[in-house]
Amino acid sequence: MTASHHDAHGAAHGHTADESIPHGTFGSYVTGFILSVILTAIPFWMVMARPIESAGYTAAVVLACAVVQIVVHMVCFLHMTPNAEGGWLLLSTAFTIVIVVIALAGSIWIVFHLNSNMMPGMHRMPESTLDAVSE
Amino acid sequence: MDTALNPTAAGAAPAFYVIEEEHHAEGGSTPLGFWLYLMSDCLVFAVLFATYAVLGGSLAGGPGPRDLFDLSLVALNTTMLLISSITYGFAMLAMLRQDVRNVLIWLAITGLFGTAFLGIEIYEFNHLIHEGAGPQRSGFLSAFFALVGTHGLHVTFGIVWLCVMMVQVSSRGLIAANQRRLSCLSLFWHFLDLVWIGVFTFVYLMGVLR
Repeated sequence: MTASHHDAHGAAHGHTADESIPHGTFGSYVTGFILSVILTAIPFWMVMARPIESAGYTAAVVLACAVVQIVVHMVCFLHMTPNAEGGWLLLSTAFTIVIVVIALAGSIWIVFHLNSNMMPGMHRMPESTLDAVSE
Repeated sequence: MDTALNPTAAGAAPAFYVIEEEHHAEGGSTPLGFWLYLMSDCLVFAVLFATYAVLGGSLAGGPGPRDLFDLSLVALNTTMLLISSITYGFAMLAMLRQDVRNVLIWLAITGLFGTAFLGIEIYEFNHLIHEGAGPQRSGFLSAFFALVGTHGLHVTFGIVWLCVMMVQVSSRGLIAANQRRLSCLSLFWHFLDLVWIGVFTFVYLMGVLR
């Protein structure tokens, strides 16, 4: 593409950039911001003031707020839509979430399992058994 | 995509090759490519989160999250990052209006809030290390510094990129390439805010609850 050709279509190029790049509106950014402030304030208040005594229930509310806020960010700030980039954006994100869940849940599950099996054994294990295990 | 039979390779196995590459508008595949980079970055953070989840309880007799974390400081930090997210959004809206002056102003404000976030984080790290709770103290602190430090490094590079974009926009204006770059930085910046949601939830709030 020659320089003059490029210049002649400069405006058109700018226009296509506008259309191909996902972007939000003033309303979507402000909505996202207000929702994020609320969804950040609730968990901080829950943990700092402890209106609910039970740590379990508090943790559940904190986690729920985080999940909702992540979705709010994806929609309002990252402008994710099911059809963006011909669906590849959503597909790659779904794939990543699957891997993230496997990595997180798998690690936590396996290590909790290991701890419950190994911690008592470590203390009771005689020297000879330790050598046998290391070999 | 066109392929053709190579006529010179008579008798040999037919060789196929691409005559013409599929045509893409310049930078047309950049948003998806950058998104894929962000997803790979997401996996990096997932591994660091998993490490923290695994080592978070290994205090080695040292101080735990409840003794170390100051939630009001973290709330202030979170506010800085959240405000920088919406100011970047305003820079993007100014970009769509082809308003160079406002793009530069909003980028500068975003950079200031990002720097404030980093300053608070460095203050917190410095405070922890002076209290003897450095990364070498326990498994919990190693994982904490690795996770939060990696996020802080990302924010640092985001600010460097932001400064580069301010120079680019002020010298060359809002050409298509700069719009594309600003959009990528927008994804990067909002992505870092998204990761921070995970950090303050899992590391700070859950840590104090535990």
